[in-house]
Amino acid sequence: MRIKADVVKCQGYGNCVGVDAKHFDLDDDGLVVVLDEVVDPSEMETVDAAIRSCPVSAIWRAGADA
Amino acid sequence: MRERAVIVGSSVGGIRTAQELRRLGFEDDIVVLGAEDELPYDKPPLSKQLLLGTQTEDQISLLGAGGWDGLQLDGRPGTPATAVDIDERTVTAGGEEIEYDYLIIATGVRPRTLGGLATNESVVSVRELRDARALRQRLAGGGPMLVVGGGFIGAEVASSARALGADVTIIEALEAPFARAVGAEVGGHLASLHRDNGVKLLTGVGVDAVKQTSDGVVVRLSDGTTHEAGTVVVGIGTMPNTEWLDGSRIPVDNGVLTDASCAVQAAEGVYAIGDVARSIDKGATVYRRVEHWTNAVEQAHIVAKQIIDPTSPVPDARAPYFWSDQFGTKIQMVGRPAESDSVELRRFLTPAGEKTVAIYGLRGAFAACVAIGWPRSIATCRSAWERGASIDHVVAELETLSSGASVGLT
Repeated sequence: MRIKADVVKCQGYGNCVGVDAKHFDLDDDGLVVVLDEVVDPSEMETVDAAIRSCPVSAIWRAGADA
Repeated sequence: MRERAVIVGSSVGGIRTAQELRRLGFEDDIVVLGAEDELPYDKPPLSKQLLLGTQTEDQISLLGAGGWDGLQLDGRPGTPATAVDIDERTVTAGGEEIEYDYLIIATGVRPRTLGGLATNESVVSVRELRDARALRQRLAGGGPMLVVGGGFIGAEVASSARALGADVTIIEALEAPFARAVGAEVGGHLASLHRDNGVKLLTGVGVDAVKQTSDGVVVRLSDGTTHEAGTVVVGIGTMPNTEWLDGSRIPVDNGVLTDASCAVQAAEGVYAIGDVARSIDKGATVYRRVEHWTNAVEQAHIVAKQIIDPTSPVPDARAPYFWSDQFGTKIQMVGRPAESDSVELRRFLTPAGEKTVAIYGLRGAFAACVAIGWPRSIATCRSAWERGASIDHVVAELETLSSGASVGLT
């Protein structure tokens, strides 16, 4: 599965980075950057926790071929 | 036998608990009681996007597209709980006694009122959806706005009202707005942000009297001046909604007292989360009530996990984290500035311009930080707080994030 992000929705709250700094970062303008779009199954739980931590649902997962 | 979880409160803490229970495999009954006769919605946009009209009520819904049914929730809006019996394990709501195996108290807080003055169409607090609706109407009608209380809610409303062209004055009893939350130095910095954006600030004065007139309100301050307004917004703090627990033997002292897993020790199967809960972190000695969105979400997860598996370990304390949006600037706070004995403002040069971060210490250790318009610094600060990093380390890590050296401003 892959991580998708919407920088228009992103408000720079940074909760995702606080949960999973391996896959998420913010750029200098405070918008989400997906560091590694492809997620290993073993990392799924942490990625999901990061997704749930976003107050504005700016990140989500898409299927492998999405 | 089927079990039943009764969640009292349908704001983010309550709804997230229901969602987490389902996600983690709880297949039995979940009842969600909501005091307001509204579908569950998220509160942070009330003072911002909803007032500005950049988000609609549908967009701030907390339930997914499937609504209550999508998660097989027995949702009961407009049904406040009025009593609980911890021996019989029942909650009274809507004239019914509902049995529970797990009770999750997520009733939140309500705004303090001004000298006991009831709110009406021209004296409003912003806590519920109907408040935001009413205020939006008032703003459209024009007239100067007085914000009583220099806290974050009032400041956000002031920011939104200015964006809509209103004449706004903030009245704060302390010498600097926000001082209670972030101290006088950072409060002064934020005060400049407001002044630069056309907000009038009256500090060091209290409100003596509020008088309703035919077309608005007249407010008399402790310095003897009077001010006319179309609308008065009151943001002078909150009180936990715990009266319904009176006589229940659930321990309440400025919030429902819980352990680090949000469990109420004296009552089996009872938990409290979010703004109404006063919990004690693992290894800590004091109980704290935390009114932050992120805290409610984290505690919802902790409780759901405990219910699914009571042997799951209680996680270490996460760094308290709070944000506010004012005049297009993010103000983000990590840790507990109110529990510090030093503060230094530092300026960092980043590719996106100069950024100011206040770094707070307590007995020489890193206690908190407030970043003004630099979201990227927040994860670093949270992680440093959780590791117990020194102030020097925090500054060094922030310098690594920016373009190098930083300058102390105080």
